[in-house]
Formats: sequence, C-alpha cells, structure tokens
Amino acid sequence: MTAEVLYVIGDGAGVPDNDVPEGLSNKDLVALYRRLVLLRTFDERAVALQRQGRIGTYALYWGEEGTQAGPLYACDDRDWLFPSYRQNAIGVLRGVAPSTVLAWWRGYGGRHGFWNPREHRTAPICVPIATHLPHAVGLAWAAKIRREPVASIAWFGDGATSEGDWHEAMNFASVFKVATVFFCVNNQWAISTPFSKQTATETISEKAAAYAMPGVRVDGFDPLACYAATSQALERGRNGGGPTLIEAFCYRLGAHGTADDPKLYRDESEAQRWRTLEPVNRMASYLLRLGVLDDDDLQSIGAEAKKTIAQAVHEMEAIAQPGREILFDHVYASGRPWSFDEGLAELQGTDRPPAVKPLAPQPGPSTGDAEAPAGT
Amino acid sequence: MVEALNLGLRQVMAKDDRVVVLGQDIAQTGGVFRVTAGLLDEFGGDRVIDTPLAEAGIVGSAIGMSLYGMLPVAEIQFDAFVYPGFEQIVVHAARYAWRTRGECPASIVVRIPYGGGVRAPELHSDCPEALFTHVPGLKVVSPSTPGDARNMLVAAILDPDPVIFMEPKRIYRSIRGDVSDELPFPITSSDDIYNNAIAHARTARNGDDLAVFTYGATVPLCMDAAAALSADEGVEARVVDLRSLYPLDADAITAAASACGRALVVHEAPRMAGIGAEVSSLIHERVMADLEAPVGRVTGFDVPSPQFANEDDYLPSVDRIVAGARAVLSW
Repeated sequence: MTAEVLYVIGDGAGVPDNDVPEGLSNKDLVALYRRLVLLRTFDERAVALQRQGRIGTYALYWGEEGTQAGPLYACDDRDWLFPSYRQNAIGVLRGVAPSTVLAWWRGYGGRHGFWNPREHRTAPICVPIATHLPHAVGLAWAAKIRREPVASIAWFGDGATSEGDWHEAMNFASVFKVATVFFCVNNQWAISTPFSKQTATETISEKAAAYAMPGVRVDGFDPLACYAATSQALERGRNGGGPTLIEAFCYRLGAHGTADDPKLYRDESEAQRWRTLEPVNRMASYLLRLGVLDDDDLQSIGAEAKKTIAQAVHEMEAIAQPGREILFDHVYASGRPWSFDEGLAELQGTDRPPAVKPLAPQPGPSTGDAEAPAGT
Repeated sequence: MVEALNLGLRQVMAKDDRVVVLGQDIAQTGGVFRVTAGLLDEFGGDRVIDTPLAEAGIVGSAIGMSLYGMLPVAEIQFDAFVYPGFEQIVVHAARYAWRTRGECPASIVVRIPYGGGVRAPELHSDCPEALFTHVPGLKVVSPSTPGDARNMLVAAILDPDPVIFMEPKRIYRSIRGDVSDELPFPITSSDDIYNNAIAHARTARNGDDLAVFTYGATVPLCMDAAAALSADEGVEARVVDLRSLYPLDADAITAAASACGRALVVHEAPRMAGIGAEVSSLIHERVMADLEAPVGRVTGFDVPSPQFANEDDYLPSVDRIVAGARAVLSW
C-alpha cells in the first residue's frame, strides 16, 4: 500500500520532469495538449453560456481536463468510454459534436441532445452516481466473452466510491477478470462533502486491495501521469490481467456546478493554492521547456479551440426547441404503446406554452455564484 | 412451466449466440427453481454465468453487455431481491433507448419468480409488478401457462426493449401442459415479435355474463371460480389472461368488458395503484355506458406479504373471487 503520487511533469523549478511516457512522440504530446485546450475552452464557454441564460445548470470540470484527455489518449479506438456528468464533453474527443453536448445542457433531448453510443464508443453522460460502472464492466465482459480485445474505462469521483454500485462493479470486474479501468478523479469534494467525510481510508487507491486488483495513485493535474497509468492498466486488462483502479489525486478548483457556491463550505484560499498545478498551463510550460512548442503555437492552438467551440455554440443556438412529439420518441425501440398517441393527441389539442429558456442565474448564495477560474 | 421456460432458453440460446444468462446459483445448480438446469453443460460457462450476490451488479452488467450487442437474460432469485437492482432497471434499462435516440435500447430480460403460496420465508413472496408498470420504457409481462411461458420468454429475449418477465412461482410446477418444440414465430429479432407473442391478452374461458381480468398465478384460481359460478349459479364468466401488464391490451379489455357488461379484476399484488386500478379505470373511461355495475377488484391487501402461516388469508382464493364476482353480478 502506498500513498505515493506518480507524476511525469515537474514544476520547472525544484521538481524535475520525469521521462516522457513510453510510446509518446512529440506529435502525440502536441495532440494531447490540443485536446486539453479544447476541453478547457468548452468548459469555460459552457459556464459563460449558463451565466447568460443560454444553457441550464452546468457541471464544470475546470482543472480536470488532464484526467479526461490523458486516459483517453491511452485508449484504443475500439475501447469504450463511460463518462459521468463531470466528463460531459469527453465524447467530443471521440467525434460527438460539441453542439450536441451543449444542447444536452440546454435541455434538449432526442437527436439534438443525445448521440449514438456505438458510433463513438462513448456511453451517454451518466447522471446518477456510480451507476454506470456496472455497465462498463458488462461491456468489457461481453468483449471478453467474444474474445475481442476491447476494454472499457469509467470515470467517477471520490464520492462515487461510497456507492454500492461502485463496490458491485469493482467486485464483478475482479471476479471475472474483466478489462475495465476504474478511473477515480479524487478532487476531494463531493459538492460540500470533503474527502475526510467520504471515507476513512487515506487514499482511494488502497481500496483496490479489497478486490485483489492493482491500485495506482497519480497526480490528477498531470495529463501524462494519467496517460501512463491508464496505458499500463489497459495493456494489463487486454492481456487477461483484469481491472485496475486508478486514483487521480487532484482538487476541485471550481464549483460542483453553476448552481453551487463553494464559499459556503470551504476555504477558497486552499483552492487558490492548488490552482497553480492546473493541467493546461502545466502542460504548456512543459512543452515549452521541451522545446516542442513555442508561444506562437500555444496562441494558435488556443485560437483554433475557440473557433471550434464558437462554431458549436452557433450550431447549438440554431437548433429550434424540439417539438412536442419528441416526448414519445424512442421510449421504446419496438412498438408504440397506445397511450402515446392518446397523449400526443391531448397535447395537440392545446396551445403550446412559450418557448422554454434556461433559467437565468438567480441572485443569492448557492445559486449561480460558481466561477470558472480565469483561464489560460 | 419450469420445463417450458428451460426449453425456451435452450431453443433461443442454441439459435442465437448473443444470448447469455446470468444470476445467482443459475449455472452449477440450475437456479433455485431449476429453470436454467442443464444450460451450463450445453452452452458453457461463458454464456451461463453464476454471479456474486449483487442484483445491481447483475442488472447493470447485463445493460453493459447489451450495449456491446449481447442479449442478456438476468435472473433475480426471488421477487423481493430485485429491489437492490431497481435503480439500474429504472434509471438505466428503462431509459437507454430514449437516451440514445433509439439506437441502443437495453435489450435485456429480467426474470423474476414472484408471488406467494410456496410457504417461503419473509421477502420471498412479493408481487412487485406494478412498481415496474409505472416506469416508462419497460415492458412487463407474466405468463400463466407452460406454452405461453416458453413463447413469451423467447419473444421477450428477442425483443429489443427491456422486458421484466414475472414468473408466477406458485404455478411453476402445478400447471402442466404439452409444449410443442415448434415456436409460433421464427427465432430472429424483429420489431413485431413482441406484438405477435405477448402483447395480446388471451381469452382463457368464454362467457358473456362477467369478464374476469387476471394474470399469472391467479389465472387458474379464476378458472376454478368461473367453473363454480357456472355450476352453482349458471353464470358464465369470461376469463381474460392479460399476459402483458405493460402495455395493456386495451382493446381486448374494453371489448370483453363491453360484451359482458360486468367486470372483475383479480390479482395477488396489493390493491393500491395496482394493475386492477388501471384496468378498472380503462374500462370506466372507455366503455362505462356498456356497464351494468362498477368494476370490482379482488386483490391482495395493502399490507406486507405475510409470514406464510397467514399467506392463505392474504392470497385471493376461489371463495374470495366467487364472492367478488357475486358482488359485481348483484350490484
């Protein structure tokens, strides 16, 4: 059992950089950085959209980009991703239109707010905590039954480890030696519940021992450490070695969501101290140190991401509010219960209420005081 | 009925290698009721899986398997043990089609032996079907004959939507009947399979004086009650086996109620917000003018399913059904 936190990227001063993880070229490092910036840009823009009343309540992930883009970079294209709401935009890195994710937060369903998971090997955003973990296990298990080298990776937070579904998924994965990577983003806060009230253990990674699987603890603000640990876990899983628990130790730099005000329950000066470690600038400094990129490159990568997300916002806002018939669409894949047509007929006999706008931010504590920390 | 369910599983597993069965004690021992007996030998451990004791894990991994293209059949050992898996059924199985634009429905079947009458300990005798009929996105069915059990189970497995398959354990072995090897439909997934095999109610007995709607283990009781009414009072009751609890066969229900002018609903589950409430409401909304009496109900009581010394007091009996019928007939 170890509480050692593995890292790759040093601080450019007293803490030296470790070796670039095996298999990553300079081109890969740049590609990974681009993804970090895209995720960051999406997140900041989404918070702004919520402030402007253009999308609804939003769960931000500012500072956790490395825990998403890093592990994903280790995945094979056939591997499946199981995000929680905190990784809401991860599908964008798998080809889901960013406008679709934004439309989901705008309250749109059907073909506007959802995607086909099989097309992107990315499960839908999971809202109830830890309940997607058994799905990740079942999927990799099915691949194993079919003798196909497909793994799954599921993201969840420290709070999720208190849920029964987490235990059941960890246990199943281990008993049946399934290639699932359990990627815990331990940001130390579950809304207002601190890590110390979530568990009596010192770390999340040590819980792996109860399931006879490896537990690894990495710096969650270090995208390359997240990449390296996931890469090893996937290789092990594909070779029949079973699941791995990875704890990406970091800190929730922003609010839980746009309706949350962390000042009510924590000392924000602590968040300020952690902020110096955030992954996007850290990766940028690292790439500058390595001489892989220069300031102009950083500028142009940032501008490119801004352009992509601006276009996505434009596309999202071009979508009309879905019609009433959408209520009854796709509830069943086969057949249409008779009550659906009755319901639709009832609706169509009445005037439609005015178009729904996301709720504007409300004044006062705990309603919209969340801030995304100033960006790169 | 146990053999018929077993036959259905074997037939569909032999034909379609996407089908896997998983649950507690289902492989080595063939399930506590032996529904899955022999499957391990025939299809191997990859497809017939003993799991740890964890219903959320069972249902949840079945959903994940379905996402990868399998057709999992999850067994819940006893009715009341489904509650730990309830969240997976409600928030995921029922919503996956909707959440994926219809592309990835949770194509799973959750088999649940349910109901009392087998002298079992606490929480082995619940009738939770109405908990599931209230959840949009699920199909909920219950057979009452061996032939239906086989056909409906195969159809449920092939149907792309999640099906809660309620097996009336009291008549697992008491109801016998020949089941031909021939299925009335091909073993291939199609959008119509559910509609052909399950969605329609079955007229179990003809009659024009009173329509009795029921399903599962109370079907044979209603048949006995109908025979008694015929013998004692010359009243001919039509017994309608609902088979599908969601969606309900509204046309068959209203047609039978209209034809008879009097109707009774019988089920073992508690009365409050049960299937009987829905059937009664449907009849009153659609064909009240054809009725000569309000729709009656004979059901379990709104109490916990009792310890078995008292379960015969709780379960609808032939006498209670006859009394309920008389109340509707004499209104």
